[in-house]
Amino acid sequence: MKDEHITYKGIVLKAKIRRIIGAIIVYSIVCIPLIPIVLMYGWLIIQAFSGKPVSWLIPNDIPGGLSKNWRFLYGPITKGGTVLYRDFWRLVFNTLLLSLGTTGLVVAITSLAGYAISRFEFRGRDPLLKSVVVLHSIPGVLFLIALMYLLNYLGLYGKGFWTLVTVILIKGGLESPMYTWMLKGFFDAVPWELEWAALVDGCSRFKAWRKVVLPLIFPGIAAVSIFAFLSGWGEYLLVYTYITEAENYTLSVALSDLTYEFLYIDYGMLAAFSLFYMLPAVIFFITTQKYLMRMRVIAYKG
Amino acid sequence: MVSVRLENLTKCFGRVIAVNNLNLEIKDGEFVALLGPSGCGKTTTLLMIAGIYKPTKGYIYFDDVIVNDLPPKDRNIGMVFQSYALYPHMRVFDNIAFPLKLQKLPKEEIKKRVLETAKLLRIEDLLNRKPAQLSGGQQQRVALARALAKQPNLFLMDEPLSNLDAKLRVIMRAELKRLQKSLGITTIYVTHDQVEAMTMADRIAVLNKGELQQYSTAEELYSKPSNLFVAGFIGSPPMNFIECTLVERDNKYYLDASDFSIELPEDLGKIVTEKASGSELILGVRPEDFRVSLRPVEGAIKSSVYVLEPLGKDVIVNVKLGDTLVKVITPQDLRVSLGDTIWLVYDINKIHIFDKKTEKALI
Repeated sequence: MKDEHITYKGIVLKAKIRRIIGAIIVYSIVCIPLIPIVLMYGWLIIQAFSGKPVSWLIPNDIPGGLSKNWRFLYGPITKGGTVLYRDFWRLVFNTLLLSLGTTGLVVAITSLAGYAISRFEFRGRDPLLKSVVVLHSIPGVLFLIALMYLLNYLGLYGKGFWTLVTVILIKGGLESPMYTWMLKGFFDAVPWELEWAALVDGCSRFKAWRKVVLPLIFPGIAAVSIFAFLSGWGEYLLVYTYITEAENYTLSVALSDLTYEFLYIDYGMLAAFSLFYMLPAVIFFITTQKYLMRMRVIAYKG
Repeated sequence: MVSVRLENLTKCFGRVIAVNNLNLEIKDGEFVALLGPSGCGKTTTLLMIAGIYKPTKGYIYFDDVIVNDLPPKDRNIGMVFQSYALYPHMRVFDNIAFPLKLQKLPKEEIKKRVLETAKLLRIEDLLNRKPAQLSGGQQQRVALARALAKQPNLFLMDEPLSNLDAKLRVIMRAELKRLQKSLGITTIYVTHDQVEAMTMADRIAVLNKGELQQYSTAEELYSKPSNLFVAGFIGSPPMNFIECTLVERDNKYYLDASDFSIELPEDLGKIVTEKASGSELILGVRPEDFRVSLRPVEGAIKSSVYVLEPLGKDVIVNVKLGDTLVKVITPQDLRVSLGDTIWLVYDINKIHIFDKKTEKALI
């Protein structure tokens, strides 16, 4: 009896040691790839507030950088003496318009299309679903020239603000299929009985969708909104290709302009600009990560 | 309230016939159960009455008006689902108020009705909770309240008790019946549990494979099953079926099984001969219609105890007749053990005879 007891003590101790060693190994492996990422972001933040170029994460002239690096917030954006953009906030407005417009369009399309694909049986449903996946594997760049022809034909190329609106339509069109797929999964998880209950309780089909089904897939809508917003915020190619006037550019295009001709690069301003550009992504992820992580629709007790 | 009539109602899903040519009449204020095994078409029938499924063929009448094309929202029905289908994102109050809000009732009226119904079902103190914070029994009450608050003409229930534990189910069974009787709402109740159907409903429609087998009261389903399916489905333990053949000798009629033979009275014998499609028959005797005797009895079936299943009050004696295991319910005080020779006494007025081919009851 006593011997057995001692043996178990040994086994438990051994298991504990093994667990600790295992944890050390796992954490070390996870930490190694994190190092360059942490270094890059660290440099970005420190450089954004330093007056002189920074190396090895040591701040250099911290208060001095504030007015110098962030001058783009209240004056024209210049590089090597030439004015690149006259008004920074116009760029912010354009970018917000593009990303919020894309979000609105994508959510409107996918929440209806996802429901239809999830709930209705119709001819061509399966091929449609499959082709979405196949089409998604084709990079959007391939459509660039074809779309250019189309815009030109429709008289929308180089039309300033309206071209930006057109870019929203293109972006919404490119993003919608995959998010429809994603939302379909959320709609699938809503039990039919809930919708039937709504119909019996006095809803029309559309009202049942709006009042009962839609609130239940809110996490899905939130996830789609975030992805669509960030994809609009980060869009570069479409804006750079189709828009011809500097005042209709977005932040991503402006940011890339700051990195050209590297003799004249103002690293302080570049870092500050990048930090600003990063903000919405960071805010979005901090406030909504619980929706992104929660892929189960509802706590349904049956 | 409303009376409901189904006329040649048929529903196909692709090639599968879920409900086949169903005719049924439910009187105003009546409590009718649709009873059958899973996949028999009872829920499909209910969903057609609710207006969620469209009939492939046939008509649904509410008070002599065809409602086939009436959307569910205009039928003024209250429905309780097996999963309760409470709206998870709404508080209990809003769940119950939801149908009333859709009717655009004034706020005061909504509040009054919700509180009244909540009081009736004793869920007043749960009104601020979300459905996920409720137990199964509470969710069930909320679902009932939501269906009742809108003061429906017709109450549809799809296995509402099957997710409750056994004890609660027995309590809710009585409460539901009482509620239905006091409100007088026409009710159609779908269940696969024969005890639920028998205890609660005024009339029971037994369905199998999409077809109506028998539509009658609990007593009649029990004492006069119209076919083999109903006989085997109603009653627990189920009716014993023994294959036999009809033999006529010297103007006397016998049911001849491999191990024994039963003499039929002349009038019974004549009826059976007339109705049967052949000589192959099935004899049906309920376990409670046999009596066990330890001494030989004239005309009784001699057998031996195969296994005993005590139930507390009663004991089920299993005997083997030929290849068939026959169950007999006897009082607990019977002193028998495995292998004992016993005699099974039957009442000739309580036996059932079915045609083996058509499966229809002959007497």
